[in-house]
Amino acid sequence: MSLREYRTINRISGPLLFVEKTSPVGYGELVEIELENGERRRGQVLDTSEEVVVVQVFEGTSGIDTGARVRFIGETLRLPVSEEMLGRVLSGLGEPLDGGPEVMPDERLDITGAAINPYARDTPKEFIQTGISAIDGMNTLVRGQKLPIFSASGLPHNDIALQIARQSKVLGEEEEFAVVFAAMGITNEEAQYFMEDFRRTGALSRAVVFLNLAEDPAIERLVTPRMALTTAEYLAFEYDMQVLVILTDMTNYCEALREVSSAREEVPGRRGYPGYLYTDLATIYERAGRIRGRKGSITQFPILTMPGDDMTHPVPDLTGYITEGQIVLSRELHMRGIYPPINVLMSLSRLMNLGIGEGRTREEHRALADQLYSAYAEGIDMRGLVAIVGKEALTGRDLKYLEFSYEFENKFVNQGREEEREIEETLDIGWDLLAMLPEDELTRLERWQIEKYHPKYRDKEDHPNDGDKADEVRPNRG
Amino acid sequence: MISRVSGPLVVIKGLNPKMYNVIQIGEEKLIGEVVGIEGKKCMVQVYEDTYGIKPGEPAWDTGKPLSVELGPGLIGNIYDGIQRPLPEIREEIGDFVRRGVMAPGLDRTTKWHFVPLSKRGDKVSGGTIIGEVREGSVNHKILVPPGEKPGVITEIEEGEYKVEEPVCLLEDGREITMYHVWPVRRPRPFLERLSPEVPLITGQRILDFLFPVAKGGTAAIPGGFGTGKTVTQQTLAKWCDAEVVIYVGCGERGNEMADVLEEFPKLEDPRTGRPLMERTVLIANTSNMPVAAREASVYTGMTIAEYFRDMGYSVALMADSTSRWAEAMREISSRLEEMPGEEGYPAYLGARLAEFYERAGRVRTLSGDEGSVTVIGAVSPPGGDMSEPVTQNTLRIVKVFWALDYNLAYRRHFPAINWLKSYSLYEDTLRKWFEDRFGEDWTNLRKWTKHVLQQEAELREIVQLVGPEALPPDQRVLLEVARLIRLAFLQQNAFHPVDTYYPPEKQIEYIRAIKRYEEMAYEALRSGVPVERILSVKGKEKLIRVKYEENFVEELRKIIGEMTEEFESLIEEWKYKVE
Ligand SMILES: Nc1ncnc2c1ncn2[C@@H]1O[C@H](COP(=O)(O)OP(=O)(O)O)[C@@H](O)[C@H]1O
Ligand SMILES: [Mg+2]
Repeated sequence: MSLREYRTINRISGPLLFVEKTSPVGYGELVEIELENGERRRGQVLDTSEEVVVVQVFEGTSGIDTGARVRFIGETLRLPVSEEMLGRVLSGLGEPLDGGPEVMPDERLDITGAAINPYARDTPKEFIQTGISAIDGMNTLVRGQKLPIFSASGLPHNDIALQIARQSKVLGEEEEFAVVFAAMGITNEEAQYFMEDFRRTGALSRAVVFLNLAEDPAIERLVTPRMALTTAEYLAFEYDMQVLVILTDMTNYCEALREVSSAREEVPGRRGYPGYLYTDLATIYERAGRIRGRKGSITQFPILTMPGDDMTHPVPDLTGYITEGQIVLSRELHMRGIYPPINVLMSLSRLMNLGIGEGRTREEHRALADQLYSAYAEGIDMRGLVAIVGKEALTGRDLKYLEFSYEFENKFVNQGREEEREIEETLDIGWDLLAMLPEDELTRLERWQIEKYHPKYRDKEDHPNDGDKADEVRPNRG
Repeated sequence: MISRVSGPLVVIKGLNPKMYNVIQIGEEKLIGEVVGIEGKKCMVQVYEDTYGIKPGEPAWDTGKPLSVELGPGLIGNIYDGIQRPLPEIREEIGDFVRRGVMAPGLDRTTKWHFVPLSKRGDKVSGGTIIGEVREGSVNHKILVPPGEKPGVITEIEEGEYKVEEPVCLLEDGREITMYHVWPVRRPRPFLERLSPEVPLITGQRILDFLFPVAKGGTAAIPGGFGTGKTVTQQTLAKWCDAEVVIYVGCGERGNEMADVLEEFPKLEDPRTGRPLMERTVLIANTSNMPVAAREASVYTGMTIAEYFRDMGYSVALMADSTSRWAEAMREISSRLEEMPGEEGYPAYLGARLAEFYERAGRVRTLSGDEGSVTVIGAVSPPGGDMSEPVTQNTLRIVKVFWALDYNLAYRRHFPAINWLKSYSLYEDTLRKWFEDRFGEDWTNLRKWTKHVLQQEAELREIVQLVGPEALPPDQRVLLEVARLIRLAFLQQNAFHPVDTYYPPEKQIEYIRAIKRYEEMAYEALRSGVPVERILSVKGKEKLIRVKYEENFVEELRKIIGEMTEEFESLIEEWKYKVE
């Protein structure tokens, strides 16, 4: 390691230092800045040439003047990792906040990570039961998926994330998820809310927490998710753990990135975010998944708040382009007292098909979800119509869809914060609701599925619990 | 010598390379490509991450442009954006892609069984097919590299060869091996362009029937996230009737490539009965892999596609997503501090897109055969807003536009292709081909279908104002027919074993049945049957479900029979009542 120290800061702009007349400095190198009062900060090289080196300072540049000493460490930012990290609370830069000792490293890992070779990836397909119907039934999560929550200020995304963290299980497996939690710019109150829940449920002992709070330096947020994911990869791929990563709030992360970009006077893209936001976010979100031949997995739950409730804002938009679906929260449902206020139509799980069906959830799951989707969408259309022409103008059929849409929200989507529904229960609620509609409108379902699961036939069964028998008489499914 | 490092862009001084030459960077000899020259400096986009690279490190000019290796070993393989085979890379350095690995595109040790198709004394020149090896379900032709001077064969023999071993000797001493290299940014030559007259059959009802693409044609499929770009591209890669498929995952998800890798070897090509993977080449430069290699990936894919075209094959190239390629261009351009155009994209965005799609086409190859490259590009407009530069520039070039629609996707109408906004400029040229094979009524039925859907859209606006009950009976029937077209015909589930692939002969049967329903419904209406009774005819819902049936045609006949009876008895009943 070559230590090189300079006092040649020529310019300071936003979070950036421009250092001159250095000997060659590597791109991405870690930097230590020592202020004249002895305070130390850290930073990273963003651009390096013979003339000038651009350094981004994680803790910000306030208080730094051109007299500060700049040391180049000769390697990129690394995180000391070990299994002992479980149960620890660390800062956004990986330093202990819980009064405990420094992490005794087994290894020191480069936090930028490396891309998983696409050829080494294993397709995620184990169904995770979250106990939340709107997710399990309609937007099923699988182990190794990255599924963000698109929220907005004042909506209960934290409750949902915690409920998922508490209840998630892979059916038939005992092993609990390890949780890596990374906070970026959230309030102290919010952070405490998470911490208390982790303590209350005992989750903390199998969690690693990284906290960068609202009052902490903004640029540090660019490092926090990478610290978290480096930890997650270590636990998943070295210790075979099933890791759940919660990243909140990605919008704050993106704002920090925008700040750096504008300080570099880069050509801004949409709404001032840099043109490489997509690529940058991908280097975070793609650090999820499974690898052939390894037991562990990383499942990601990024949370982001949509500025102005706008889903076309670059942060949710680019996120949705990278992640494997999204859970979208609705202010309207929230105001009507529905919890979780999940907008089922706008939500999506791209990996759902792999995780459901016979042997995983239930054979008719896909068709049932499709039917619920289209019936609900139809009902929502009717609401629009009613608003203009009034209920009187609707046909009897249309009225049924209208009513269905409300019942679907009240009975299927709506559930308790502590309520954990088994997948069978979720699917059965779906069937009960479909029974409100004329049977021959259920065109997404095949005939045998209706005859086996529709309440009308289910209730007529002589032996109500005899599922196997129904299996035998099932016609060819093609 | 390196003078500056800024992410994927490295500035070198003291070399005098040509534009697009490959440069080796730093002690680790990372590879990059010259993308700009300014006085004594040249700008290099580097295909690997540049962490730790310092000014002052050395650099070398290889004197060659970025090229790919073309020969046996391509089929069934998966490469990164610059043709490094990902399986070998995994074997060498493990599950994560780290920089600095070199592996040739084609395996050097495999022996291939070469069968000559030329003989001693034959005159050959660049592009001549001199033999073939069997690779997967493809007869991989061995070509004299385009650009080679004419010559006469003195020796050519059947046998087992490695790709580097000569299989053919020319009079003047030149040796022809089974592979050659070709610069990715230079289109491969052909004799002449032919007009695209044959459709690429996709087995997707809305595509083949309403918006067909020709072999050698170009299509774009723009849509916001989750609207179905990837599923459509993958479904086409599975079922389209091209002989070779090149699938470029350009800046998208790693899991989607893993998915293809898992699924394709298990699926059977309906035409050859062989696993689909045996006609497929994958290029995977995912979103988190180096951005410069992403920029190169579409060219790598295109060059491989042209190579198979030159054997006389129909090739389909899917690029998912061209927007990520454009963004890579934008990123490099902005680091070059070029004058930004619209939304920060370089001013040459439109030209690059045009050059790329221009490489599609149906051609007479140098060997006198017919070959084609069909290009289908996904576009990912920010916020789903199609007025953005990549979509707009693409639409100026391509002949087929499959417009994906958020509103259809939200209600799970898949494929979420908007039938009012999409178009195909090949409709007329392909019309005869379809009519000759599937019936004279093909074109009329297509017109009818579009007309009904168009009218439905207009009526729906009225319904929004007055409610459905207020419409006159004939219009309510029309709405019902349109609903049938949408739910039965247009919706097609890519994940259902039967529904995923519908050959044209089944497509037309289906639409004929719906037309039949319409005719009977109007007849009943004219005979005085109340519209409510018409709308509750039972056969209708069966018409929607029948698509999942394995013996579709038979079942369909049955349903039409039942429906006819039902209508006849209705008419009978009401004839009586009206009288
Ligand atoms: N033809 C189809 N049949 C069934 N489902 C589809 C179809 N097309 C898209 N989908 C659904 O939509 C989701 C998103 O599609 P995808 O192609 O990944 O979108 P995009 O690439 O545009 O983001 C898929 O995961 C799948 O559930
Ligand atoms: Mg996609």
